[in-house]
Amino acid sequence: MRRNTQSKKMLMILTSVALISTLYFVIPSVTDAALEPKTFLTHTGLAIQTTGDIIDPIGYTGDLLSLDPESYLRDFDYGTVSQLEDGTILREFTITARDDQVMEVSPGVFYNVWTFNGTVPGPTIRATEGDLVRVHFSNEGSKSHTMHFHGIHKAEMDGVFENVGPGGKFVYEFFAEPVGLHLYHCHVHPVEEHIAHGLYGAYIVDPKEGRAQADELVFVLNGLDTDFDGENNFYGANTVPFYYQHHPVEISTNELIRAYVVNILEFDPVNNFHLHGTLFHHFPAGTDTVPAGFNDMLTMSQGDREILEFEYKYPGLYMFHAHNTEFSEKGWVGSFLVQDSEKNYSDEI
Amino acid sequence: MTKSSNYKITLSAIGPLILLVIVIAFLLGPGTSFLEFGLILPEINIEQIDFVESEIQVIVRNTGTLDVNITVADINDRIQPAAIEPDNHLSKFETALVRIPYDWNEGQPYTVGLTTDDGTRFEKSVDAATLRLEPNIELLGYLGLIGFLIGIVPIMIGLLWFSFIQRLGSNKYRFFLAFTVGLLLFLAFDAIEEASKISQENLSEIFNGQLLIVTVTILSFLALFALGNSLVKKSQFSKISKPLAISLLIAIGIGFHNFGEGLAVGAAIALGHAALSTFLIVGFALHNTTEGFAIAAPMTRAKTMVFRLFCLGLIAGTPAIFGTWIGGFSYSPFATVVFLSIGAGAIFQVAVSIIQYIREENENTISNISILSGIGLGLIVMYFTSILI
Repeated sequence: MRRNTQSKKMLMILTSVALISTLYFVIPSVTDAALEPKTFLTHTGLAIQTTGDIIDPIGYTGDLLSLDPESYLRDFDYGTVSQLEDGTILREFTITARDDQVMEVSPGVFYNVWTFNGTVPGPTIRATEGDLVRVHFSNEGSKSHTMHFHGIHKAEMDGVFENVGPGGKFVYEFFAEPVGLHLYHCHVHPVEEHIAHGLYGAYIVDPKEGRAQADELVFVLNGLDTDFDGENNFYGANTVPFYYQHHPVEISTNELIRAYVVNILEFDPVNNFHLHGTLFHHFPAGTDTVPAGFNDMLTMSQGDREILEFEYKYPGLYMFHAHNTEFSEKGWVGSFLVQDSEKNYSDEI
Repeated sequence: MTKSSNYKITLSAIGPLILLVIVIAFLLGPGTSFLEFGLILPEINIEQIDFVESEIQVIVRNTGTLDVNITVADINDRIQPAAIEPDNHLSKFETALVRIPYDWNEGQPYTVGLTTDDGTRFEKSVDAATLRLEPNIELLGYLGLIGFLIGIVPIMIGLLWFSFIQRLGSNKYRFFLAFTVGLLLFLAFDAIEEASKISQENLSEIFNGQLLIVTVTILSFLALFALGNSLVKKSQFSKISKPLAISLLIAIGIGFHNFGEGLAVGAAIALGHAALSTFLIVGFALHNTTEGFAIAAPMTRAKTMVFRLFCLGLIAGTPAIFGTWIGGFSYSPFATVVFLSIGAGAIFQVAVSIIQYIREENENTISNISILSGIGLGLIVMYFTSILI
């Protein structure tokens, strides 16, 4: 009889253990006491009430991420300038490659970026036609890296066959030619991987006589394949998806805007640039003084560059984005906040 | 038993457990690092997608070993703003509700993607969007009616074979009992197949679906075995006859099975597979008629009581109604897999007790052509009615 009650007890214990473990799996975890619901309005005008967290990379209002597209936009590195005996201007740059940084590339998303001077894109290197450019490159990464500049230079300065190993150094030296908008990137195999991780930047050669005074901006069109499936998870101008959407680029009416647009997108063969509310003159690779067209659409293949020149007639908020809407809805979208310029007021008076 | 020997027994039982705890503490405890090799990847599983007014709702579970944050939601690979309740941090096993405001279109396919803090995107697709069913009296009645149609009606029809079986000679009777065994064996395998399909399609890997089915099936078999033995034992002393005990067991086993089936049908309706579920309902109705037959067969050798027969039909059929309700209003793949497996184990047990019963009736052997052909024919009939589903 005692044995019987014991086995009954055993059975009860087993049953309750089974029941509790089942409940644990089946019933979603119970939340804490109800919080005050807040209203959440999306960019499309839909609204919901929620007590939870909001994940909105499009309407992001939080702190700055570790990357800073704001200052990158108008930041040009002219190097340390000195003059050689023959009167040539020497511009010296110090560039360090790293591949160990994990940065917040989109709100909450952390990705191992490979960088020139700690950012993606790397610094915008700028010189004037005929200057001697000397780049002191050091590789602090764990893999080989190089700097391959587009433009005219000697074969041994091409940054392709002279891999710079971890801890290595190399001095690239060449004259800045031709005039135009070029780029530089790492050319170590697999090149796709080195570029996709962020080893690239813009390289501008100004004409000796200079260009017309303008508000100058750099847009490096890129993407992030954060899960390494050979497709970009995010697209952007200057890396951070939707950045200029929640931080519009402030410009003025009736002022010449010159945008240096570099397409370094990997995995997708074609990217494009569409401007709202006005049209631009565009100069392929910035090498010619005659515009190739007057348009609001620009189609660019991998490695293509274009200089865009435009003005806004009316103030307001205007979008610029990839007209390939997949790209724009995954981050390659921004806005110009065009303000009435002083000049405009004085003209009216 | 003396006190000291009791202590010894307790100690000998607990001793190895204590050692095991020490080993685990050593391996997992603070300050140990030699197990930190390899790369652990975060993993989440989208368990459910619901379409409500201007909103897509997603239930996501952290099925990996690392804590994760959900950072981006997308629909058809286009990033959308979203809210996540209670918060975007998921520890192991935790679930969260992701609410994505979205003007979706009826009948269109959608893929929902969620990206974790390390940039990995996980996705799940829905073939055709349809408004989530909201519980109301009308729907309750509708689902109940469907449960009634697939559960009770066909079983009651199947029970009508009772008087036919009753008039059979003992050899033919054995044939039909064996036929029932065939039906039941098929039903059990059918349930296991469906459970494993559900576990593959809808259950996170972390639940170890296939082993869950094996475990629950065997447990259910053992439990019903114990229950069956005590019922049959009682039948020797009381007015419950042995055939009635067996029929009752069959009815209980089939009841579990129908509960699982009801969950599947209710879920199919809730997920908007309307055409599929119409077909499913017709198929189940035909298929389940054989269940009535299985319950009726042993009863023909007991004292005939229409009321008892009716009650057995209810025991076997009513769970289908509860199944469609639960499946329709809150579908849980885990619960469905568990109940289908319980059904399978129960039915295996029933098949075994019928075989025992036949053996006793047939001079302790089943190597009789009418018995073997009965089992075979039962399987074949079930196979052909299953094609209809």
